[in-house]
Amino acid sequence: MYLLLHPLTLTTFLPIIGVVVILFLKPEWKNAIRWVALVTSIATFAISVVLLTYFKASNPDIQLEVNVPWFQFANWDIHFHLGVDGLSVLLIMLTTLLTPLSILSTWSAIEDRVKEFMIFFLLLELGMVGVFVAMDLFLFYIFWEFSLVPMYFIIGIWGGPRRMYAAIKFFLYTMTGSILMLLAILWLGINQGTFSVTELVARGSIPANIQFWLFLAFAAAFAIKVPMWPLHSWLPDAHTEAPTAGSVILAGVLLKLGTYGFLRFNLSMFPNAAIKLAPWMAGLATIGILYGAAVSYAQKDVKRLVAYSSVSHLGFVMLGLFALNPQGIQGGILQMVNHGLSTGALFLIVGMVYERRHTRDMDAFGGLWKVMAVYAALTLVVTLSSMGLPGLNGFVGEFTILLGAFGSSYISPWFAGFAAAGIILAAIYLLFMFQKLFLGPLDKEENKKLKDINWREILTIAPLIIFIFWIGLYPKPFFTIMGPAVDKLVNIIQAAAAAGLP
Amino acid sequence: MTLPDLLQNMDAILPMAVLIAWACVLVLVDLVIPQGRKGLTAVLAAIGLLLSIVLSISHYGKATVGFDGMVIYDGFSFFLNILFLSSGLAGIALAYDYIKRVGIERGEYYSLILFSISGMMLMSQANDLIVVFLALELLSIPLYVLAGFARPKVDSEEASLKYFLIGAFSGSFVVFGIALVFGATGSTNLSAIVKAISSNAADLPLLTIGAALILVGLGFKVAAVPFHMWTPDVYQGAPSSVTAFMSVGAKAGGFAALLRIFVTAFPSLSTNITMILWVISALTMFLGNVVAIAQSNIKRLLAYSSIANAGYILMALVPFGNSAVSGTTISAALFYLVAYALTSFGAWAVVIALEKAEGQGLALDDYAGLGRKYPLLAACMAVFMFSFTGIPPTLGFMGKFYLFRTVIEGGYLGLALIGVFTTLISAYYYLRVIVIMYMREGEPVARKEFWVQFTAAAAAVLVVLLTLVAGPLMNLASKAVLLTF
Repeated sequence: MYLLLHPLTLTTFLPIIGVVVILFLKPEWKNAIRWVALVTSIATFAISVVLLTYFKASNPDIQLEVNVPWFQFANWDIHFHLGVDGLSVLLIMLTTLLTPLSILSTWSAIEDRVKEFMIFFLLLELGMVGVFVAMDLFLFYIFWEFSLVPMYFIIGIWGGPRRMYAAIKFFLYTMTGSILMLLAILWLGINQGTFSVTELVARGSIPANIQFWLFLAFAAAFAIKVPMWPLHSWLPDAHTEAPTAGSVILAGVLLKLGTYGFLRFNLSMFPNAAIKLAPWMAGLATIGILYGAAVSYAQKDVKRLVAYSSVSHLGFVMLGLFALNPQGIQGGILQMVNHGLSTGALFLIVGMVYERRHTRDMDAFGGLWKVMAVYAALTLVVTLSSMGLPGLNGFVGEFTILLGAFGSSYISPWFAGFAAAGIILAAIYLLFMFQKLFLGPLDKEENKKLKDINWREILTIAPLIIFIFWIGLYPKPFFTIMGPAVDKLVNIIQAAAAAGLP
Repeated sequence: MTLPDLLQNMDAILPMAVLIAWACVLVLVDLVIPQGRKGLTAVLAAIGLLLSIVLSISHYGKATVGFDGMVIYDGFSFFLNILFLSSGLAGIALAYDYIKRVGIERGEYYSLILFSISGMMLMSQANDLIVVFLALELLSIPLYVLAGFARPKVDSEEASLKYFLIGAFSGSFVVFGIALVFGATGSTNLSAIVKAISSNAADLPLLTIGAALILVGLGFKVAAVPFHMWTPDVYQGAPSSVTAFMSVGAKAGGFAALLRIFVTAFPSLSTNITMILWVISALTMFLGNVVAIAQSNIKRLLAYSSIANAGYILMALVPFGNSAVSGTTISAALFYLVAYALTSFGAWAVVIALEKAEGQGLALDDYAGLGRKYPLLAACMAVFMFSFTGIPPTLGFMGKFYLFRTVIEGGYLGLALIGVFTTLISAYYYLRVIVIMYMREGEPVARKEFWVQFTAAAAAVLVVLLTLVAGPLMNLASKAVLLTF
């Protein structure tokens, strides 16, 4: 019984209750379905807040564990093993926060097949939280692959004109990486005899030359998900075609599954390989930063612009992680949260104007500030946060990452130098976007009658704005939560470095 | 052989013997059941299957040898027998309304299914190559008839003839192989063959050729490349309910023989045979999946999918000579067969639900709009497609996980890589079915036939449930060991 009422199991599996209730509702009762989904996801968020109160930040280890034997796979014991630590708890919070907001954003945007949409959305939340809490590789893989399925349907059914193409591309692309990881997981099972992440990390008994290959196999799955340049080409299609709520979750959480994977598995389990490959990963990350920024600038479609900006921002996260020092990794984790908040908010914002005008072409707008003042003000805050203005969240994350990357003994400071240029480029394309949309003359007839955003829409964005300011002005609690766990991870890496490179 | 002796020997084949007797009686009883009430025959056939299941379960855990070591009853045959008998039940459930609907309702349909199943059961229990051949024919001949059951429809007759000719052809390979093995070792009994090999009394080149010929013959049965050419035409031409049964039963029967013969008798030949198996398995996975992409008819698509799946199961057989993993080989193959059987029956149930008279409603485009109009049926089909692809949480994923594990443990990482990449190729066409069902608009018409829908729903539930509660099936599969003596 305690298993069912354990805060971790509840956070992970509560959405199932919503799914079951929705299954029994008639498809025509759209509002009832929406409310059930919203209430379920808010309840999940509430439980994750409870989870945070149980969480002891001073403890660097996996805590609040649920660990029961699941079944016997020939001579392997597969465990149903959940747990959180400082690396994952913030991402769980991010997931449970963004889900209700996304559901709220679909209130009037999704009118077709609401029942199926909400079922898929709640299942998606289950899959994502599951990835963050799974501490058994087998269980992790199940959640990891499962989270693909609802997103595939969300893009494919409720997406834009090229949705089928985007959905299949998304699925096949991500699956390609995943199956390589599957082989690596099998290798670990055969040669290490356990799937327990905690045990594999504690043992540290994987030979360094094999770590290299395992690192690459895991990295294949995660780098596609992040996405790192040059494996990013699924992302613009998926983001652009997905419905607003889908894009929010895709950018806000799904991409973090990749960066989290690097953190949890590649850095912790294969530290030798991580040290060896750090310059390569940092190099790809830096290319991603500059490439993403440059391509963003060239976009006419707002949503595509935001999508490419994700490539750039996630490059910062990767650069931070592969600085392999406390500042870099802490900045990386914080930037994961920041990107979820800012880009999530940007997609919500784009969705709001798309719902009114049914176009995302920047040339179709201009001067919107005059008709949609509240909307414009909120957008300004989010835009500034995304480009890293001091006082808002983006700055804290990017600054810490650059600090880590400059001081790293594993990668060259040149990477940080180039990455810093990325911040300037971000300012260019984001301000360019803002200017095209909101400033200038209000010269298009269709735009003159646009209504400003309503209370529901403000409510959708407001929580994100609060966090944007909070992290920008007082990030200490966030660093406190992740600090000990990051230090522990860095110790593992340093121990591996001290033991000598192979 | 005295009567008490005979009775004692019968113990080893009791479930099968009862089924044969039941089938013989059913042929006669069917004569007095009036046309139009043939549903009664179906019910009687199902009772026979259930009886046999009960007998099998009551024998569980006992390992017996009968008829001078010609048949054997062990964990392996128990597992497979239950699988065969259950697929018989599913086959009857799918046929019950379908053969009425397409106007081919004749009572012998059900007896033929029972005969075929008894052949499969004999196959799983055979410990002598002669019995293997006997079982192969008993399994196949009813299927040849069933494939042509929709006569005088040309497609069905063509399917029947093709299947018969290829079956006879492949049967002759098996016989020839058996003869060579007999020549090389002086016996057809698997235990005696093992003894002959271990005492160096066997003529190894001859034995290897014999084993290879048996592999070819059985390769036809399980539809492995390059012996697969008949499959798409036969699957398409035969009545759908027959195809569903055939795609599971005949394949599982063929694998029963392959696993038993190669793991028991021929591990010492692995230096030569493994190479051949490796190539066949890789080719089967590759060709099956690649050609399936081009199909626009669901029956042909599933036919190529079944070819590809044969390749995956063969993958488990590749390390058969490595005694450290041969146990896993058996359980991985059996586990995957269950996953394949459930998924396949489910998918065929959906196909049957959507099939219209005269072979209409079988194009992939006919599935457009299914997700909107029949959400449950479409959800079931989506589960099956994900299971075929190997996406968790479905049984197909567990099965593939087990297979890949066996292959990597056996030391064939290259084959595992081919396996995962062909899986990726397969994702494309399985996903396309889902795309068509959910993302295109259309007006499909599905039959509201209880047993068809029940089969689809039950299979979908089991495919997911047996993954979440994987323990029992895993245990059964790992206990399904071969008895050797």
